[in-house]
Amino acid sequence: MVGLAAAFGSGAMTNSIGEFEDADLFLVTGSNTTAQHPLIGSRMINAVEKGAKLLLIDPREIPLARFAGLHLRQNIGTDVAVLNGMMNIIIEEGLLDREYVENRTEGFEALKALVGSYSPRVVEKISGIDRHDLEKAARMYAAADKAMIVYAMGITQHTTGTDNVKSCANLAMLTGHVGRPSTGVNPLRGQNNVQGACDMGALPNVFSGYQSVADAAARKKFEDAWGVSGLDDKPGLTIGAMMTAALRGEVRALYVMGENPMMSDPDSSHIEQALSSLDFLVVQDIFLSETAAKADVVLPAASFAERDGTYTNTERRVQLSRKAVSPPGLARPDWKIICEVSRLSGYPMDYGSTADIMKEINLLTPSYTGITYPRLETSHGLQWPCPNEEHPGTAYLHRDRFSKGRGTFLPCDFRPLAEPPDEEYDFLLTTGRIYFHFHTGTMTRRISTLAREAPEAKIEIHPEDAKQLGIRNNDMVEIASRRGSAKARAEVTTCVPKKVVFSTFHFHEFPINALTNPALDPSAKIPEYKGCAVKVRRCA
Amino acid sequence: MTRTRTVCPFCGCGCSFYLVSEGDRVKGIEPSPQNPVNRGMLCVKGWTAYEFIHSPDRLTVPLVRKQGALVESTWDEALKIVSTRLNDIRTKSGSSALAFLSSAKVTNEENFLFMKMARAAFGTNNVDHCARL
Repeated sequence: MVGLAAAFGSGAMTNSIGEFEDADLFLVTGSNTTAQHPLIGSRMINAVEKGAKLLLIDPREIPLARFAGLHLRQNIGTDVAVLNGMMNIIIEEGLLDREYVENRTEGFEALKALVGSYSPRVVEKISGIDRHDLEKAARMYAAADKAMIVYAMGITQHTTGTDNVKSCANLAMLTGHVGRPSTGVNPLRGQNNVQGACDMGALPNVFSGYQSVADAAARKKFEDAWGVSGLDDKPGLTIGAMMTAALRGEVRALYVMGENPMMSDPDSSHIEQALSSLDFLVVQDIFLSETAAKADVVLPAASFAERDGTYTNTERRVQLSRKAVSPPGLARPDWKIICEVSRLSGYPMDYGSTADIMKEINLLTPSYTGITYPRLETSHGLQWPCPNEEHPGTAYLHRDRFSKGRGTFLPCDFRPLAEPPDEEYDFLLTTGRIYFHFHTGTMTRRISTLAREAPEAKIEIHPEDAKQLGIRNNDMVEIASRRGSAKARAEVTTCVPKKVVFSTFHFHEFPINALTNPALDPSAKIPEYKGCAVKVRRCA
Repeated sequence: MTRTRTVCPFCGCGCSFYLVSEGDRVKGIEPSPQNPVNRGMLCVKGWTAYEFIHSPDRLTVPLVRKQGALVESTWDEALKIVSTRLNDIRTKSGSSALAFLSSAKVTNEENFLFMKMARAAFGTNNVDHCARL
């Protein structure tokens, strides 16, 4: 998000889900779309069946590979080199959109100078991608009229995540592939309201609508509306920094609402220590998660079925969800709990309903001003920006100009993985998700169909590696990194490249994040889940 | 049977479906045919999304740690402990000693109120959620 915002002025998906079927080409990288965003995956497959081309750049042979016209399987963590290589070819062969670059962007000369050193031979050496395939890929993408780049956490969960995103943005601008229907750069958001949580300012540096806490005018606006003075003008701590600060004794209390950092964050023993060193931990959730079990106070919350409110999906569509049943026992909707804590702490918040809260959001958040309950009630949602009550919402962004004016090329050099394999830890572990489960599994593992179809974690390993280590399908295998180890059954498959193992973080009895590397992307602060060094052995 | 329009609690697609309920029991799911995201379709997670709602593992009462163990409590007691402890720590160590982790699973309204509470009630920008994970 940081990378895309720097290039375009907005970190959100540029297009709509409905536009997928009219695209001519998809460049999918770092997204196992049919597993993680199945309804978007099926749109892409429909489009391919109607003649669209699919260019897949992914180390794993994910299900979409069957539909790909070309599948480049790069070495893990070499995305920047691959994208720079494609841009180099596009510039060398004159396939760029000169008019677009001239009229809508800035910084082209710097990009040209940097990508010039990424010849197909150099990129082949770094990424393992055949130089002729790279040329084909570059020509395919440049030649398409309506081309969509689609990416997810395979791009962002790297220490070079921001650079990966910037490189996607560079490639799209170079070929004029942003700002039209079915044409743009589309990060798929993982959870049903990640987009909304960001939009609402559940971030350390911005209020709702990405209004900076460092901006005096923005602070004044929120101070006036909220009846307070002296709102903090310095950005706060990100999750990772909160944990480090807790270990150092600088953060003493943590209030967690509906999150499970014990399972979802990297290097979980570090997280456990951080939570244990707090003076006070309160967790508000629907289940007694691994994190809640460590709390001093646990507050029972309502599930999605038991409360009113809006969610913003990956295409910026705000939709209204209504209460169907009462919460179990004494559980309450999160918003009512927050109001109570705030009131008891000396700052009364008084809202009769979630519609009242939305009125305040409308008032303080320019992109949400026209998104009101009466409009949502009678429609299938509205896509921001929606600046007034007559505005129909915005299907695709950056139409005639970028949100920030000119789009900025932000050239990046290739940097290797933070923890490459070595003699002892000779495999790379890459983590991800499967079709049947969601995130840390707290919800999906309690659903009988899903638990039956995918009851346990599997470690995917290439047949040649398996043979060498004497591992057969379903053998118990232990993988260990410098930080921790975990055991699960092997799935011997060519879906993973040689010297790579893949697994998921859905299963609490297989806590893969005991192994993962907490090394962060320097600006987005995203950990490198997609590659850390491990060793693999068959359990006796 | 009552039909209530909701949004799927899983991935970022934002598929819309009706929860079909009888009293306080959700019995099934009907995808919204007209919704532009899912047009009457759902994935296997969506079709079964109602099951976990009635899981016997749901938290139904506030819990408070006493002598090392989490024990059942009341809203009055639990909320009082939360506000007292947060305010004590703030008084002793300053607002920056407090941190707030919001959620990509709760509503926009709840995210907005949570960041408002962190900033306006407790004076800190230490508020984040798991967009990165």
